[in-house]
Amino acid sequence: MAVLDNIEENVQEVIPENIDAMNRQSLKDRLLSYRRTPGSLIVMILVLLAAALTIAALLFLLVYILINGIPYLNADLFSWEYNSENVSVVPAMINTVIMAVISLIFAIPFGIGSAIYLVEYAKKGNKLVKVVRVTAETLTGIPSIVYGLFGMLFFVTALHWRFSILAGACTLAIMVLPVILRTTEEALMAVPDSFREGSFGLGAGKLRTIFKIILPSAVPGILSGVILSIGRIVGETAALMYTAGTVAAIPKSLFSSGRTLAVHMYVLASEGLHVDQAYATAVVLLVLVIVINALSSFLAKKIQKS
Amino acid sequence: MAKYKEKIMEVVFLVAACVSILAVALICVFLFANGVPAMKEIGFADFLLGREWRPGNDIYGIFPMIIGSIYVTAGAIVIGVPIGLLTAVFLARYCPAGIYKVVKPGVELLAGIPSVVYGFFGMVVIVPFIRSNFGGGNSILAASILLGMMILPTIISQSEASIRAVPESYYEGSLALGATHERSVFCAVLPAAKSGILAGIILGVGRAIGETMAVIMVAGNQARMPGSILEGVRTMTANIVIEMGYAEGLHREALIATGVVLFVFILIINLAFSIVKMRGERN
Repeated sequence: MAVLDNIEENVQEVIPENIDAMNRQSLKDRLLSYRRTPGSLIVMILVLLAAALTIAALLFLLVYILINGIPYLNADLFSWEYNSENVSVVPAMINTVIMAVISLIFAIPFGIGSAIYLVEYAKKGNKLVKVVRVTAETLTGIPSIVYGLFGMLFFVTALHWRFSILAGACTLAIMVLPVILRTTEEALMAVPDSFREGSFGLGAGKLRTIFKIILPSAVPGILSGVILSIGRIVGETAALMYTAGTVAAIPKSLFSSGRTLAVHMYVLASEGLHVDQAYATAVVLLVLVIVINALSSFLAKKIQKS
Repeated sequence: MAKYKEKIMEVVFLVAACVSILAVALICVFLFANGVPAMKEIGFADFLLGREWRPGNDIYGIFPMIIGSIYVTAGAIVIGVPIGLLTAVFLARYCPAGIYKVVKPGVELLAGIPSVVYGFFGMVVIVPFIRSNFGGGNSILAASILLGMMILPTIISQSEASIRAVPESYYEGSLALGATHERSVFCAVLPAAKSGILAGIILGVGRAIGETMAVIMVAGNQARMPGSILEGVRTMTANIVIEMGYAEGLHREALIATGVVLFVFILIINLAFSIVKMRGERN
């Protein structure tokens, strides 16, 4: 018995320290342990290389374009009217804003409305919900050139809108609809059921509950979807070439043609006459995209906190 | 009165929900109605398998373009998938929290950069690099490298999410059996995440085959069968954008029919994606 007691004491003393040592491996120990498993070492190096390559590619792209573009950001580039001397980006920037606003005017009500139906009204196992999900997923996968073709056939030719801001905006609205639909759906589902029950318990109707309780608490999620959509609209080219056309001027009405910043940049780059200005336009586009990205991730973080 | 209002608004939401169905239906109807008659006129076999594209002589064979799309997509997969997958492993299993905070937004930014900017980058960096090192320039290789870069964010975020979804016990169990960190990650965790990773790769394929502007700017766009990866190639997407500006009559319809073929490719890819995803969810 005395021997056993002794052992128990010893074990109790020893175990905690041992566990500590096993769990906290120092960097040196880890590197040393690779000596016995060279295969693992090679795999680890490959993983690190791949990650480094991804980041290097991004940094190289950003730095290369910024260094070559920033010197050409001058007053000429931002003059009010476009001509082949100054290659101004201002009309294209204004067109981009108009395009984004009109597309969103179409896309947001339908996107949010259908998300509300899917989350708040549709009963479980509703067939329509399945169909809407499948079609939304299909819309997400369709490449922008197919949207462009459709816009050309439907808005430009069948509805006789010609190459116009409106035709381009409607095409883009369909393109970003699934983005807004999905993010809004997720935001609505994240609202706890107790909110709904509380509102019903106080005697509010379904509509009142949706507009006064559920939508306000889902706003950050919806906004991040809207910002994502703005990002897609700003960067879009293929869907706009044959719907909104490539006229480099501020449009007089919704039915006149106009090129957005991305289309402007494509024209500059492919003509090959104004490569310096193309760099500068790329800088403007990149800055826009970085700002948009930062905004949307800021909102996403806000959601996670709340 | 309030009851009517509730009912009316429910119908309004229902109508909004039907818009995406309507959109898909319209897209299908308009594309097929404008493209299929042209295919019939040219002849399905001549259109899909014809190796000559000479609109001036009314010869419309898009086989070189189909092959072109497949080549550049395959090239993008060869370059993008290994790098993307390993980067996803890094993000999910190696990365300290401090570095993650920098790398993750970087990957998201990679997804947000417009395709014209990628195309321009390819035009001024990748093409000259290939020209001075291998000869050629505008080529399948250039398009593959650029597309490989463009599908990275898709593959990384999908793979990372599915690696993170694997229960921690798989990893711990493997470690407890004496396997190294690498062996545990690659032989226990990755196989369990394979359906999510495969779904990510399929999404990447969809993105690569549908990419238009970036490819036009680096691929050379010659409408003929490519002989090597250093030769130029024209994809289906490029064919549409380049010639739609001046095409008329049957030529224009043949271009729309090219869009129909592309659309069918995308539908097949979408279908494959949902099947893989469903299988993954069932497991």
